[in-house]
Amino acid sequence: MYPPADHRIHLFNEPLARDLPARAARALLAQGLACRPPVDGTVYGTLLNDAGALAALGEAMHASPYKAPPKAPILYIKPRNTHAGHGATVVVPDGDAGIEIGGSLGIVIGRTAVRVCAEQALEFVAGYTIVADLSIPHQSLYRPSVRFRARDGFCVMGPAVIARRLVDDPDALDIAIDLNGKAPFRANTATSIRHVAQLIADVTDFMTLSAGDVLTLGVPYGVPVARAGDTVRIAIDDWAPLCFSTIAQGDAQ
Amino acid sequence: MMRGRVAYAGAIHEAYPHERGVRLADGRICPEDEVVWLAPIEPGTIFALGLNYAEHARELQFSKQDEPLVFLKGRGSVIGHRGVTRRPSDAAFMHYECELAVVIGRPAKTVKRGEAMHYVAGYMIANDYAIRDYLENYYRPNLRVKNRDGGTVLGPWFVDAADIDDVAQLELRTYVNGALRQHGNTRDLVTDVASLIEYLSSFMTLAPGDVILTGTPDGVANVDVGDEVVCEIDGLGRLVNVIASDAQFNRDGS
Repeated sequence: MYPPADHRIHLFNEPLARDLPARAARALLAQGLACRPPVDGTVYGTLLNDAGALAALGEAMHASPYKAPPKAPILYIKPRNTHAGHGATVVVPDGDAGIEIGGSLGIVIGRTAVRVCAEQALEFVAGYTIVADLSIPHQSLYRPSVRFRARDGFCVMGPAVIARRLVDDPDALDIAIDLNGKAPFRANTATSIRHVAQLIADVTDFMTLSAGDVLTLGVPYGVPVARAGDTVRIAIDDWAPLCFSTIAQGDAQ
Repeated sequence: MMRGRVAYAGAIHEAYPHERGVRLADGRICPEDEVVWLAPIEPGTIFALGLNYAEHARELQFSKQDEPLVFLKGRGSVIGHRGVTRRPSDAAFMHYECELAVVIGRPAKTVKRGEAMHYVAGYMIANDYAIRDYLENYYRPNLRVKNRDGGTVLGPWFVDAADIDDVAQLELRTYVNGALRQHGNTRDLVTDVASLIEYLSSFMTLAPGDVILTGTPDGVANVDVGDEVVCEIDGLGRLVNVIASDAQFNRDGS
């Protein structure tokens, strides 16, 4: 994947992605068109990288089964069956749990990154996107089942990859998540424990990230839970927001 | 049929077993150590099973499980036959895991156990390395333990499902520097191949090229720099890997 010059957006009904200025991308999206994910690599989710999320664990970090606070970045993979684009419909499984809407900054890698130091890490970033890292709410972080995070459609991304040069400071971005147009949940990437460059440095110390791979900065603490029939909107800064809806399992085909 | 994927003379080739090494699709015959072995397929999603042999679970002191312990691995961790895997100098316990790798051949969603084997394209050998020192108790096994570069060795061959008479009767063996260290049989899987496909496809869609590493039997042991680790499974061949040092990667430590 080549780094985008501006806004990379892949309309659902088109064979190839487009690379457009912000205004043209917004005009396209204003027509209500659905998109594919604007990336095609492996998506790595990051856990407990938000100061609030870590603080919420509190003393439990020192007790069984965790025994100690996390040291290295804690990651998981959002496999390809989870990848979905702007305008997707996500199936809420039967039961009362709903779906936690883990809105996160997605760091899109632009070239092979291994053993990258923090000072140079941003040079390996193609751009940024919005990731809705969805999960079935679960209490234990010890060894949760993959069925909480790996269901079809549980990683909605886009609508665009925004070129790195257009983002002044990835560590000071407002995130807003709203359900059905109600007052949004708000967070900011500034509360991350590892900021973007440090996260890339610590992850690429033991594994290679390739062009097109996505690393999420991590889900803020206290994100909302959606139920079937909700419309979800995730905004970062003034970028075109990521929107999708949810449907009950029984109503899905 | 057994198929491999090798790099030779400036291109990537499909390769087949031959008495003098490997035969490339274009007819050339090469000694097996003159080609560079890649993983036999480019995997999609990689699933791995923890504690899926009863004896190994006992070895690690785990009790009975509610559902299969599945974790995911990234494609970036994959290397082929005769590759090298780095052992960080600060690690005290790095171990191999010989596993049967199942390759999915058709999209699979809510597949029942009785039909599940129709969704299997074939099999490979996997060596799923772990570095126990880096284990942390959040989202176990964390990727620093299990998703390292070179940590998923696949090959040498992709073997068609039709060529394996009974996938539930395959012997697995691991040799370190020629000595047998790990030995098991797929008949002892806690959750067998068909049940794994039923389980995974009950909440997600499996796609062609997805790979399930079905877990390892007991007998894991530490390996050191320079060790040759050979994983062997009946009918699938022998998968060779050598442990490399930090210095070979121009690293000072860790």
